[in-house]
Amino acid sequence: MNLEKVIFGFFIVLAATLNFGFFIGDIERPELHSVYELAAALVVSLIATALKFGDRTQIGAIHLSTSLVADLQLIAAAITWGVAEHITGVGMTAHVTSSVVSLSGGALFANIVSVIILIVETVMLRR
Amino acid sequence: MNSAFFLVLRRMRAPIIGLIVIYAISIIGLTLVPGVDAEGRVAPPLSFFHAFYFVSYTATTIGFGEIPGAFSDAQRLWVTVCIYLTVVGWSYSVITLIALLQDKGFQNTLTANRFVRRVRRLKAPFYIVCGCGETGNLIARTFDRINQAFVVLEKDELRVEELDLQDFKTDTPALAADASRPDNLLLAGLKHPKCRGVLAITNDEQANLAIAIAVRLLNPGIPIIARARTASTMANMASFGTDHIINPFERFADHLALAVAAPERFRLIELLTSLPESPTPKPHRPPRGHWILCGYGHFGHAVADRLRDTGITLTIIDPAAKDADQQFVGDGTEAITLRQAGIETASGIVAGSDNDVNNLSIAVTASEIKPELFVVTRQNHAANSALFTAYGADFTVLPSRIVAQECIAILTAPLLARFLERLHSLDENHCRQLVERLHAECGGLTPAVWDIRLNAAEAPAAWRALMHNRSIRLGHLLPDGADRSRRQPAVPLLVERGPDCHLLPGDDFPLQAGDQLLMASPLRAQRDLELTLKNANELDFVLTGRENSGSLLGRLLAAR
Repeated sequence: MNLEKVIFGFFIVLAATLNFGFFIGDIERPELHSVYELAAALVVSLIATALKFGDRTQIGAIHLSTSLVADLQLIAAAITWGVAEHITGVGMTAHVTSSVVSLSGGALFANIVSVIILIVETVMLRR
Repeated sequence: MNSAFFLVLRRMRAPIIGLIVIYAISIIGLTLVPGVDAEGRVAPPLSFFHAFYFVSYTATTIGFGEIPGAFSDAQRLWVTVCIYLTVVGWSYSVITLIALLQDKGFQNTLTANRFVRRVRRLKAPFYIVCGCGETGNLIARTFDRINQAFVVLEKDELRVEELDLQDFKTDTPALAADASRPDNLLLAGLKHPKCRGVLAITNDEQANLAIAIAVRLLNPGIPIIARARTASTMANMASFGTDHIINPFERFADHLALAVAAPERFRLIELLTSLPESPTPKPHRPPRGHWILCGYGHFGHAVADRLRDTGITLTIIDPAAKDADQQFVGDGTEAITLRQAGIETASGIVAGSDNDVNNLSIAVTASEIKPELFVVTRQNHAANSALFTAYGADFTVLPSRIVAQECIAILTAPLLARFLERLHSLDENHCRQLVERLHAECGGLTPAVWDIRLNAAEAPAAWRALMHNRSIRLGHLLPDGADRSRRQPAVPLLVERGPDCHLLPGDDFPLQAGDQLLMASPLRAQRDLELTLKNANELDFVLTGRENSGSLLGRLLAAR
């Protein structure tokens, strides 16, 4: 067992599960989507990205790119939330909530791809 | 994306993750700790947005104060923790980054990347110079003077740094790497479309061999010039088709023998093959008769073989060599040994060991015993030039200079080799006249020897004129482009037309398109003549004396 592999897998799966936790629930009801869960998903996704830095293999490159996509989507969701709450002041209307949650849904898809690559990589491993 | 970027990412992984975690802890903490409003009542905690804003300016030690409102004591307590956490996180990242920048391996990667980029960007045809010791340095300086691009590979880092300090006119990529490794040769542009050739001139025999074979296998189309010291290496290099093998000892021995047999022809060859625009070497007139040879290594053997062919008899002093004359004690640095060897009856001496101090000692002792003796000294290191100049031997051999001269002569004028081959048809008197003419034209400096082919690429103006059946004689090209009453100080040596070679063509020699000319002239005249052959207006003026702007209007007016 390799500790590095444990940590790597842990963060990738955790990023996907947290993202899923935030995403699930009626898309336009803000009370079903906790801001803390979004924050946790974003932080774990960033850590997962950093873990993938510097791997020059083909699979490593795809890992990194899926992670970057997830980060981008989650950051966009967070910015949307912040803009609605603090800058325009419209608050979490059904429209804003649904756009935040759908952005996180896109990130969820990227995270799922990440997990699939992780599984494929593990299956390919012969040691 | 290059390897340096990936290296940075890999090394920065831990500090970046650390920063993310510290930010997350600080921000989430701030969104949980209750605040206080202006009246002292408990207020809701900061939102994520405000918390992120606050941590961003606090962590980077900018510190705008307590925004958006004054904090509660609980918030202040948490912020104190945050400040220490984030400062540690940032310092860790910055320290890691600085350590990475100072890392030897990282810097090597950066230098190699920069080198590869510069080689890739080279637009002019270039040569790869492997080994930048005394020979390499001499070649580099000459290349720079004649505006020839080149790339340097040298094992010794110090020498590469020294190379950076010499201000070359041209932008010269240099890398401290072992040239005998093929991947380094590839980095230096071995497969670059503009690579014209490789010079394997390191001090290491095996490395030169390795370079020669690597070039032959990886890019068979380009010529290799290799330096070799022993006969076995030369044979080995020749076996896989190395284009030019230079053994400085044999070359010098050839020269010495030629100087004995045909001094004027030797002087001509010396003049034509020395580095362009250096002071003319003084004439050498080695006498025939009996010679003493001190030092019987590779150099001694080469000299002995060649000198015996000219009829000179030799006494060989070398206590270390089995096939030398064994009855002498000492290596020739002492007067008694030289007397034993019969210095009183000798007409010349060769101080040819591989030790500069011993060679000087032999030479000085010998001239004290017999001042009129012809002394040949072998100088092994260019750094000792001051000593050898002060002593002033009749003939000094510096192997690094011989190799450099030959490389430059082969590369700048491939036709020169054909000229030298045909030289034995000239008698001594002719050679002397030619030497005097070169002297007069070049004002005491050695000429630059160069060749040019009258084709569309190298001399478009002359080529077009010749293709339009305009008759041009060689002498017509030689007036000065600024003042037609003066003549360019240039001596045509050879015209090659197909399989025929015309040695020393006269002024009335009719030129044809496709001819290749070999000329000897100062560098300035070379530039002028090349311009004349390239630029139609310039050529018109030189041929006819008429100023022609080349414009359509000018041509119409001239036609009327």
